[in-house]
Formats: sequence, structure tokens, C-alpha cells
Amino acid sequence: MAYTKRFDGRAIDDTRPITAKVGVVPRADGSAMFQIGNTTAIAAVYGPREMHPKFMQNPRGGVLRCNYNMMPFSGHGDRVRPGQNRRAKEISRVMENALRPVVDLSAFPNAVVDVFVELSQTDAGTRCAGITAAAMALADAGIDMKDLVAAVAVGFVDDRVVADLNYNEEHYNDYSDNPDKDRPVADIPVAVLPGSGLISLLQMDGEVKREHLKEALELGRHVAKKIYEIQKKALKARYME
Amino acid sequence: MTDQLLVKDKDVVVPGETLATGMAFLPTKGTYRDGDRIVAGKIGLVSVEGKVIKLVPLADPYIPKVGDVVVGEVNDVMFSGWRLGLRGPYSAVMNVKDATSDFIGRGVDLTQYFALGDYVFCKIVNVTSQKLIDATMRGQGLRKLIGGRLIQVNPAKVPRIIGREGTMSSMIQQATKTEIVIGQNGVIWVNGEPGLETVAVNAIKMVEDNAHKSGLTQTIKKWLDEQVGGAR
Repeated sequence: MAYTKRFDGRAIDDTRPITAKVGVVPRADGSAMFQIGNTTAIAAVYGPREMHPKFMQNPRGGVLRCNYNMMPFSGHGDRVRPGQNRRAKEISRVMENALRPVVDLSAFPNAVVDVFVELSQTDAGTRCAGITAAAMALADAGIDMKDLVAAVAVGFVDDRVVADLNYNEEHYNDYSDNPDKDRPVADIPVAVLPGSGLISLLQMDGEVKREHLKEALELGRHVAKKIYEIQKKALKARYME
Repeated sequence: MTDQLLVKDKDVVVPGETLATGMAFLPTKGTYRDGDRIVAGKIGLVSVEGKVIKLVPLADPYIPKVGDVVVGEVNDVMFSGWRLGLRGPYSAVMNVKDATSDFIGRGVDLTQYFALGDYVFCKIVNVTSQKLIDATMRGQGLRKLIGGRLIQVNPAKVPRIIGREGTMSSMIQQATKTEIVIGQNGVIWVNGEPGLETVAVNAIKMVEDNAHKSGLTQTIKKWLDEQVGGAR
């Protein structure tokens, strides 16, 4: 039981400081920035527009296409090589899946809505920040949506269920001088539809016990509600003086 | 569950926000019912009329509808017509017979009527479920747009730019002595003396940016008076 206090001193169910802003990319049809601690995601939505390549068109409705990209000097350590890689492709796909349950593109057959998520600074929790920013950007673009999506990583660090892990917590076991280095660390990104409490993204790195997972998901839902309030405020702020 | 209205008229709401509970209210455009809640389906301003709850969208992608008048760009010249880009996911086709009453023989070069890159003010006459669109130029005021300048605005703001029974656009036209053609796809053509054209464009941009505010006509009127007065 070494991890009694969090590295950055916050409470175990507390997130890092959050800033959200809508309408940050003037040329896009909708855009948003979501910053949580040292992780910054910028989402830009273009469309509905004609889909290319044409064989990917769906005559029954529009397609949502996400693109996740970490900027070259955004992370810890080495420069990230620009462009697609296996990890970015996977995250793009899970972001699409997390957002698709809320967006309704049935009025736009054969069209596509492109969501570009750029991470200018990363300190863990990027896919969650990306989804949260993308949901705001889609709403800003005026796309029909059942609900917003709020995402946060919850996890299990050295016997504690915590919310919004940062890089150090995710890599708690990598520090070789840690006497408890065999204790499991789990990182569980969850995306929640705040209206219904349904979950549209659930992944996990590491290992966790069943009861701790349940506890973590409860915490995730609780934190997502708070993030939803911030999203709501940011969207409304665009139209308020 | 008690019937309760949780928002006020003209409130800004975001997708997923509960507008009312209970069965006493009716969800219409932009809202949907989920159990005993009425929920917003997009970002917009709430409009409550009796028990009918409506959402006036603050941003809205353009969906072509029959009867819309739009500004289209000639993107392709085909055997017997033109393909018009509408600045959205779909393009319209205008047949020769819907464009002119001239007799046109076989194999005549259609670019003498409309060439690539020309802009036309036309009307949508047919839309299929797969969004194949037919356009016509038969109708009042429909024509080719020559000279002037084009701007793109959010299609959701077009009704505000036109104003109630055209008050806003005719006010801008009169004040700046320009000719303004507004397409429902958000493409606007402004033609006049260059300096005044700029004033008109800025006025339209102002309306677009402040479309959700009330008393806009007065603000714009005052602003136009200042601008045009200064230009003279």
C-alpha cells in the first residue's frame, strides 16, 4: 500500500484541471478544444460532405469518420513520427464507435462527417479527451445527436481506484525502485452517454478484480457527469455574451 | 411523473439536455421523446408554444428540399445539362430544357449558356431519397449571377439574414445600394459598388454572428447608418 497520496496531490476521485472551449477552428464546420491537465485535444468537424473514396459511401446514411493524431512533440520522451500508425488507427476506430451511438446521419446518404482530433500535448487519457472534444465539436457543427459523450479514464493504481490517470500513474509499475512493482495497475478508459448512463467505450490495460472494476465504472459514470456539465457550459458559452 | 418544463423560451440548449418531463408536452422539430423526458436533439434555441416544444437550430447542415432557391456553381457540363455544386455533400443537375427556352440543336456547346465556374440562382424541383437533385431556372428572379461577390454563411442563419418577410435583406440592400441574392444553401451573392459591397458583406456577417440575439434589425440599421454615412 504505497500509493496513499496521488502524485499531483489531488483526491482519488478528482480529475486534473479541465478547460473546454468551443469554436476554436474558424474554418471548420464545428470545433472544440478539451484540456485535462497536460493533455490537450483539439477536434475539428468537417461535413457532411461528399465521401471519397466512393466505395466507402453508404447509401443508407452518412458515415462518421474519425482521425486521431498525436502531434510530433506532444508526448513524453521521443518524437512521435507524424502520420498514421497502428495505435492511431485503433484509437480512431474506437472513437468512431464511441460516438456513433449518439449521432444521427440518416439524412445524409452517401455523405461523410469527418472528425479530426489533434493532440497537441499528451499526458495520458488522450482518447478520452479526444472523444469529449469530438462530441462538443459535432454538436457545434449542428449534427443531430441524441446526447453528448463524455469520456474519462478510471483505473486501479496500487490498491486504489482512481479517476483520470496521468502518465506517471499509468506507468506506476515501470519505476524499478518501486517495492510494489508487481502490484497490478489498470487503466480503463470509459465513454459515457450522460443522459442514459450507457457506456459507449470500454477498454482496459492491465488487470483488475471484478469488484474493483465495478467500483471504477461507478466512478467513471460519476466523473463523466461532471465532464458533461463542463461540455454543456462550453457549448452554451459560444452563444452567450 | 409530474409534467414540468425545465427550460425557458429562447434558452440555448445542447444535445441530450432534458427540456421537459411528463406527457403534457409535445416534442417536435429538433427534439425527441425518451420515456417521459423530452430531450434536445441538437444545439439550438428552445421555442415553447403552448405545449409544443420546438428547437430553432443554431447550426444546421444544409439538406436540400424541394422548393428551395439556392446559388449553385457550374461544376460540370454534360450532354444535356449542367451539374451544379451546392457547397454541401450533394450536387444538382439542371437540364437544358429547365435552363432556357431557346432552341438548341444536337451537339451544341452548352458552355455558351453556362460555362464551368459560373454561378446561377436556381430552384430545386425534385429530390430523391438518395439525394439526386433536379434544379430549374424557370421561375421569378432565377438567373445567372454575373459580377459581384459571393460569401458563404451558415445555412441555419439564412432565415435571419432574409428577415421577417425580407425586411433584413431589403434593409441592407437599400442602405448599401447593392443587389443581394440569398441561396438557402448559405451562399450569398452581393453586387454593387465595391466599397458598399464590403459594407453589405460585413452587415451580413454581423447578422450571421448575432443571429440568436433579439433586436437585431435595429442594431444593424444603426450600424449601417454609421457605415454608409461615413462612406459618403
